[in-house]
Amino acid sequence: MSGPGARPAPPPEPAIATVGLGKRFGKLWALQDCSVSVPRGRVVALVGPNGAGKTTLLRILAGLSSPTTGEARILGRRPEQSEQFLSSIGFLAQEIPLYRQLTARQHIDIGAGLNPRWDGKAALDRLGAVRVPTDRAVGTLSGGQRAQVALGLALAKRPAVLLLDEPVAALDPLARREFLASLAAAVAEQEVSVVLSSHLVHDLERVCDFVVLLAAARVQLCADIEEILDTHRLLVGARKPVGEIERAMDVIRVTQTARQSRVLARLQSPIVDPWWEVAEVGLEDIILAYMGRDAEGIEQEIVNLGATA
Amino acid sequence: MLPQTVSFYLVPGSGVPAYLQLVQQVRQAIRMGVLEVGDKLPTVKEVVAQVAINPNTVLKAYRELEHEGLVEGRQGVGTFVSHRPSGPPPSTQTRLARSLERWVDSARAQGLGDEAIEALLRSVLSAGATARTA
Repeated sequence: MSGPGARPAPPPEPAIATVGLGKRFGKLWALQDCSVSVPRGRVVALVGPNGAGKTTLLRILAGLSSPTTGEARILGRRPEQSEQFLSSIGFLAQEIPLYRQLTARQHIDIGAGLNPRWDGKAALDRLGAVRVPTDRAVGTLSGGQRAQVALGLALAKRPAVLLLDEPVAALDPLARREFLASLAAAVAEQEVSVVLSSHLVHDLERVCDFVVLLAAARVQLCADIEEILDTHRLLVGARKPVGEIERAMDVIRVTQTARQSRVLARLQSPIVDPWWEVAEVGLEDIILAYMGRDAEGIEQEIVNLGATA
Repeated sequence: MLPQTVSFYLVPGSGVPAYLQLVQQVRQAIRMGVLEVGDKLPTVKEVVAQVAINPNTVLKAYRELEHEGLVEGRQGVGTFVSHRPSGPPPSTQTRLARSLERWVDSARAQGLGDEAIEALLRSVLSAGATARTA
């Protein structure tokens, strides 16, 4: 029991919180009105088509780029190029930045001189566990091994938040699986929140438990994966006018044929209307439906059956 | 360090959630006698390093098994098998598996494919269920 006068502990700061975040390059908005909140300890899939603003968002969160509008907070702190902020963030850019002539061990030694909380031994152990040679020039390693070295270095900082920009895009399926397994093991071991960006959700579905979906420079979805799977359903029934369907539910995508309506919807409660046959939908299909939404929100797809006129 | 007792695998696209696949594999391992009472399940870190899944998925599976009373988590030590699910002992399972194998061999020898065998098994199972409730 708390004594008299004791205040309840304030809720922990979310790992990531942004409000109205926007970034303009010249006339083009790379990111607009981005408001997300991600609790601590999650592994977030930041997904969206190419050019959706994923890299822009990650660079702002890493303190490498300042927003045109709005505000970002990581663990309650504003991203900036200060030693204190940067020591709590691990950022792995798309083009894995390593010195090709140096070995993994040399990279780890350099890191020790630059970072206050450096855990070089853990990095060596981790690379040993996935059998990456630590005494050969990094340039002679395979792409998968180089990615493991970069991940090991990013984790050696013991960051509170780890930001990875398309970390597995260039890897073959086996190296991809090994990279994600190393990442999952690190999450099980140390307290770290992770954001991984990718234009494919398929790769990340097993490892992630949260999704932030960007499309057309805006946030389309920001939620726990289990919750997303629980609330989205595919409804198939005899054709109904789109307007009527939209009034009854939160529609993500409608596909109309001459006879049939197929609707992907976000449901607040289970649907009881016998008009519809209801089926569960996989995460990838849900994400693709959101990605296909046009500026007004809902994608409508009219399937022309090619009826002989 | 003792070698790990069991290892897990996931069938992607099976429609069965990942945590449930882990639950089923542990249940099956206990039923078959691969895991015995007192055996330690792999740690969360060991599992995720093998199958590349979110640590919370493993925790959820272990919680579910604990809820069913099959395993017991001991703080800071690990998760241990504490009970066998009800049903015949492993020796009976093994014996039944062998006779089923012989049956499958003869079904295949007579030209039945896997799909036909599964359909046959399902229809016999559901016929049995109807007979029992009738």
